[in-house]
Amino acid sequence: MAIDLRTVSITPLRQTFGHLARRMGADKPASRYIEATMDLQPVENYHYRPTWEPQRDIFDETRTAITMKDWYALKDPRQYYYGAWTLARGKMQEIAEGDFDLVDDLGLAAAYPVAGKDQALKVFLPLRHVAWASNLNKAYVSSYGYGIAISQAACYASMDQLGVAQYVTRLGMAFDDLEAVATAKTAWLEGAEWQELRRYVEDLMVEKDWFEVLVAQDFALEGLLYPLIFERYNDKLNAVYGPVFSMLTRFQREWFGETTKWMDSILKVAAADNPANKAKLAEWIKHWRERAIVALRPVATLAFGADADAVMDEVVQNLNARAAKAGITL
Amino acid sequence: MSNAFIAFQKNDDSRCIIEAILDDNPGAMVDDQPSMVKIDVPNRLVIKRETVEEKMGREFDLQELQLHLITISGHLDETDDEFTLSWNS
Repeated sequence: MAIDLRTVSITPLRQTFGHLARRMGADKPASRYIEATMDLQPVENYHYRPTWEPQRDIFDETRTAITMKDWYALKDPRQYYYGAWTLARGKMQEIAEGDFDLVDDLGLAAAYPVAGKDQALKVFLPLRHVAWASNLNKAYVSSYGYGIAISQAACYASMDQLGVAQYVTRLGMAFDDLEAVATAKTAWLEGAEWQELRRYVEDLMVEKDWFEVLVAQDFALEGLLYPLIFERYNDKLNAVYGPVFSMLTRFQREWFGETTKWMDSILKVAAADNPANKAKLAEWIKHWRERAIVALRPVATLAFGADADAVMDEVVQNLNARAAKAGITL
Repeated sequence: MSNAFIAFQKNDDSRCIIEAILDDNPGAMVDDQPSMVKIDVPNRLVIKRETVEEKMGREFDLQELQLHLITISGHLDETDDEFTLSWNS
């Protein structure tokens, strides 16, 4: 018996969801990120206004001064949806855990010079409170932001900051047990050099405009703080005491490098949408940058002594360059 | 003038590579088959790492494309940044 094999090509009726096809202007396959992001938030048929803010809808564009023709233009260049984000962070965490294990196995933390420990803990450990505030502020952005594109990325960043706070704490415990954490808390609450920074993040907790919170926390503050601590201060400690501090702060450094791409792209897209946005963003960045400089200067002095001003100038220049690259003239 | 071509299995990664090829090669022709995509470009086909990374939203090593590769035609020139197929005309 002869069997005649025939190829039958069955083309799917649709390549993707209707709302995505309309968005892309063609029925073509969409990435997981696009499918898990675009147009997910309700935009109409809200039955009730929130009792806590009856002048607005549950999801309301007017909770910020920024306006967008399309809120879903604020896409994440890293294309994180929940699955991609957990995989990426899982990988980073595995590597960071490996570093902590190695430091533990070889007794590297115990062998770290006492003077180095003192310096590291004094400047670095109170930052666990900054990370926690950052978690809270980013969670605010996520819950009041408009459109899933920005609110899901803000939510991931918020959770990342919990991770950062935990890694900071673990470094403290590796260097000097629970004692260090208690000392750092006292410094955060009472130390004169920390009060401006504390005021900065606590003021943000009551700031209403979510986009302003994002700019102030993620761009102005972390854009200065992370290079200051995880690049400059890290280099300084490494030069004298060896690379253990670098190993135990790997997560934060990688996180900042990656999150910067997201933040810069958000600013660029929002500024390009209309001139009013651009002016508003410039105003916010100027205002919060000045405050961040005031808040971080005592910390920089603690870290770099006489070189503090030069180091601060340098990181501020870099931040200005990032703003310029996003099309925002300060 | 001959066509340089490349064919991939269809999946999430290769879709980004194909989008990158279409962006970087104006004369590209797509032949969409069940579970395979073949792309023809007259004379020279180039895949740029940077464009693929932008589409994928992550770092990409051009050698990764071998995982999805079915076949190619043309002389191959591979660098860290570009994967080029071409015919001497």
